[in-house]
Amino acid sequence: MENRIKTLFKRKPQGLLSVYFTAGYPNIEDTVPIILELEKNGVDLIEIGMPFSDPLADGPTIQQSSTIALRNGMTIPKLFEQLKAIRKYTQIPLVLMGYLNPVMQYGVERFCQEASEIGIDGIILPDLPLSDYVREYKSLFEQHNLSKIFLISPQTTEQRIREIDSHTNGFIYMVSSASVTGGTNGNAVANTDYFQRVAGMQLQNPGIIGFGIHNRETFTQACNHASGAIIGSAFIKALVREGSLQHNIKSFIQSIKQEA
Amino acid sequence: MKYTVDEYGFYGRFGGAYIPEMLYPNVEELRLNYLKIMSEPDFQEELQALLKDYVGRPTPLYFAKRLSEKYNTNIYLKREDLNHTGAHKINNTVGQVLMAKRLGKKRIIAETGAGQHGVATATVCALMGLECIVYMGEVDIERQEPNVARMKMLGATVVPATSGSKTLKDATNEAIRDWINNPEDTYYIIGSVVGPHPYPDMVARFQSVISEEVKAQLKEKTGSENPDYVVACVGGGSNAAGAFYHYLDTPEVKLIAVEAAGLGVDSGESAATSVLGREGIIHGSRTLLMQTEDGQVTEPYSISAGLDYPGVGPLHAHLHQSGRAIFESITDDEALQAVLELTRLEGIIPALESAHALAALGKIGAKPDETIVVNLSGRGDKDLTTYLDRFELHGK
Ligand SMILES: Cc1ncc(COP(=O)(O)O)c(C=O)c1O
Repeated sequence: MENRIKTLFKRKPQGLLSVYFTAGYPNIEDTVPIILELEKNGVDLIEIGMPFSDPLADGPTIQQSSTIALRNGMTIPKLFEQLKAIRKYTQIPLVLMGYLNPVMQYGVERFCQEASEIGIDGIILPDLPLSDYVREYKSLFEQHNLSKIFLISPQTTEQRIREIDSHTNGFIYMVSSASVTGGTNGNAVANTDYFQRVAGMQLQNPGIIGFGIHNRETFTQACNHASGAIIGSAFIKALVREGSLQHNIKSFIQSIKQEA
Repeated sequence: MKYTVDEYGFYGRFGGAYIPEMLYPNVEELRLNYLKIMSEPDFQEELQALLKDYVGRPTPLYFAKRLSEKYNTNIYLKREDLNHTGAHKINNTVGQVLMAKRLGKKRIIAETGAGQHGVATATVCALMGLECIVYMGEVDIERQEPNVARMKMLGATVVPATSGSKTLKDATNEAIRDWINNPEDTYYIIGSVVGPHPYPDMVARFQSVISEEVKAQLKEKTGSENPDYVVACVGGGSNAAGAFYHYLDTPEVKLIAVEAAGLGVDSGESAATSVLGREGIIHGSRTLLMQTEDGQVTEPYSISAGLDYPGVGPLHAHLHQSGRAIFESITDDEALQAVLELTRLEGIIPALESAHALAALGKIGAKPDETIVVNLSGRGDKDLTTYLDRFELHGK
C-alpha cells in the first residue's frame, strides 16, 4: 500500500492542516477520540506526540502537557495498545513524534515494526541525527513503509537541506523561526526570505511549516509559502478550555479553517 | 583501548551529537573549529596568560600530612579550590569564553548546579564585557544562595529553572532551549564534559591542565610523575576528566571516579549513575543515564548540587564500561563526615562535591607506601549554611 502521507500530498498539494497533540493529555484515554474528532473536522494529517520527561525542543505548553501525560501513565506500549484498531476507523495519515531515548529503550526495530502494523505512516524524532539515521536505521524505516520526517530551520544550510531531502520521503518539517515549539512571539511567519529560499530549491519533498502557528492568520500565511502548516501548542491550549473535548476541537479547527 | 574521542565524536559506544536540527549549525560550527582555534598560538598565549595571572595557576599540589597519617598512606591534594572563584570550573570558562570571542559571539549562556560554573562563567563574561545569562534550578538557587549573589554582583542574569526536579538537569534543558531560540549571536558555555560532541572533548582538554600540572608537581615532590591512585568526584565529570586526562593511557595509575549516592544507592534518592543508569540519551549525548524502564529520565538526588545529575559524561561512561576507572559512590552523610575531617585535620573547608572524593579515601585500601592524588575540586564557602545546619554549629 502507498504511504498515506504520499497519497495525501498527491491529492491535496496545498493548504494542508496538520495538528499535533500529546498522547495521554488531558486524559489518558483521549488519544483515539482526539484523532477521530480531528478527522471529522477536516484536519489533513495528525502528529501524535509521545511524551518525554525532558523535551529539549519544546516550549512550556508541550512540556506541561507531556508532564501531565506521563503522570497519567502514557507510555509507548500504552499508546500502541490504544491505536491497535485505529485503521478500522480512519485512514488519516498518522505521524508519531517524540524523542529518541524512549524509542531506543523500547527498541527501534520493535518500535518500527509495531508502528507499521498499526498503520502509522511517519515518525519524527528531532534528536535522532541524520547521520545516525542514514547509517543505522534508514533501511529499517523504509522496510516498514515509514516516512522519517526531518526538521530544518532558517539556519540550516542549502547543502544540508538537500542532504535531508535526499534521505526522506514524506515531507520536510520547516521550523518557522529559531524557536522551541509554541514560541516566536507571534512572528512565526515573518521569515519570508527563508520560506522563499526553500521554495526556490525545488526539493523532491513538499514542506510544511510548524512552530508558532497558532491562528487563522498565521496558518494562512504559512500556507502561502509551503504545502501546509502544523499547529501544536495552540491546539493543546484549546483542548483544555471550558467545554467538552469535542466542542473544543470543533471550535478551534473551525476558527483556523473559516473566515473570522 | 583508546580513551580519547574518535572522529565521529564517540568514546567507544558513548558520545555523539543527538541534537535537534535547530542546534546543528552551531554545534557543527564549533566541531569544525574548536581544535584549530585551540591550537592557534595567539589563542594559547591568551589562555595561558589568563590561567597564570587571572586564575592563579598552577594550583598547589599539597601533601596532606595529618590526613595521610589518618589513612596510613600518602595523600596529595590538588588544590583546585584555590583557583579564582573557588573551583576548577574556571579552567573551562576561561577557555570557552576565548573560543566564543574567536567565533564572534556576543551573548553567553550557561547552566549551573552548585553555582560554581555559573560564577566562573559570569566572571569571564565580566572580564570580557559580554552579556551573560545563567540557568539554575530553583532548588539549587536556594541551596547555593551565596553563588547566586556572586553571579548577580558580576552582572549576570540568573534565570530559575522550574521544571522537573528543579536542579542541574532542568537548568541544562533551559539553557539548550535558550540556544535554540537564539542561534545567531549566542554561545553556550557548557560546564562539564557533557552535551553533544565536541563539548565533552573540548571541556576535557581545557580541564586537562589539572593532570598536566600534577605530573610535573608529583615528579618534583616524589621523583615519579605517576601516583598509584587519582581520585575525583563526578557530577558530569569535568574535574575528574581533567585530573585523569594525562593518566588515561597509563594503566598502572588507578583512576577512582566518585559519584553521589545521596541517601544510598538503593534508597530511590540517589545520583549514582554508574550503578543505577543504563545506556541512553541525555543532553545530546549517548551515555549512562538514570531512567525508567520506559526511557523517561529519573529525577536524581544528592545533597551536593554539583553532583545531582542523572547522567555522566560519555568519557566516564566509557571509562566505566571498559573498566579503566573504578567507580565508587558516597552518601550524603559520608561526604559530610569527610568535610569535617578535612576541615579539622588540615584547615581546609572543601566543597560538598569535593568531599565525595575525599570520603572515598576510606574505601580505596591504599598501602602505606602508595601515593594518592585527590582532586580537591572546590572550596566550601558556598556550602557553609548547609554545614552549619548539619553540624549544628549555629549560635555556638
Ligand atoms: C566544586 C565542584 N566540584 C565538582 C563539581 C561537579 O562537576 P564535574 O563533575 O563536572 O567536575 C562541581 C559542579 O558544580 C563543583 O562545583
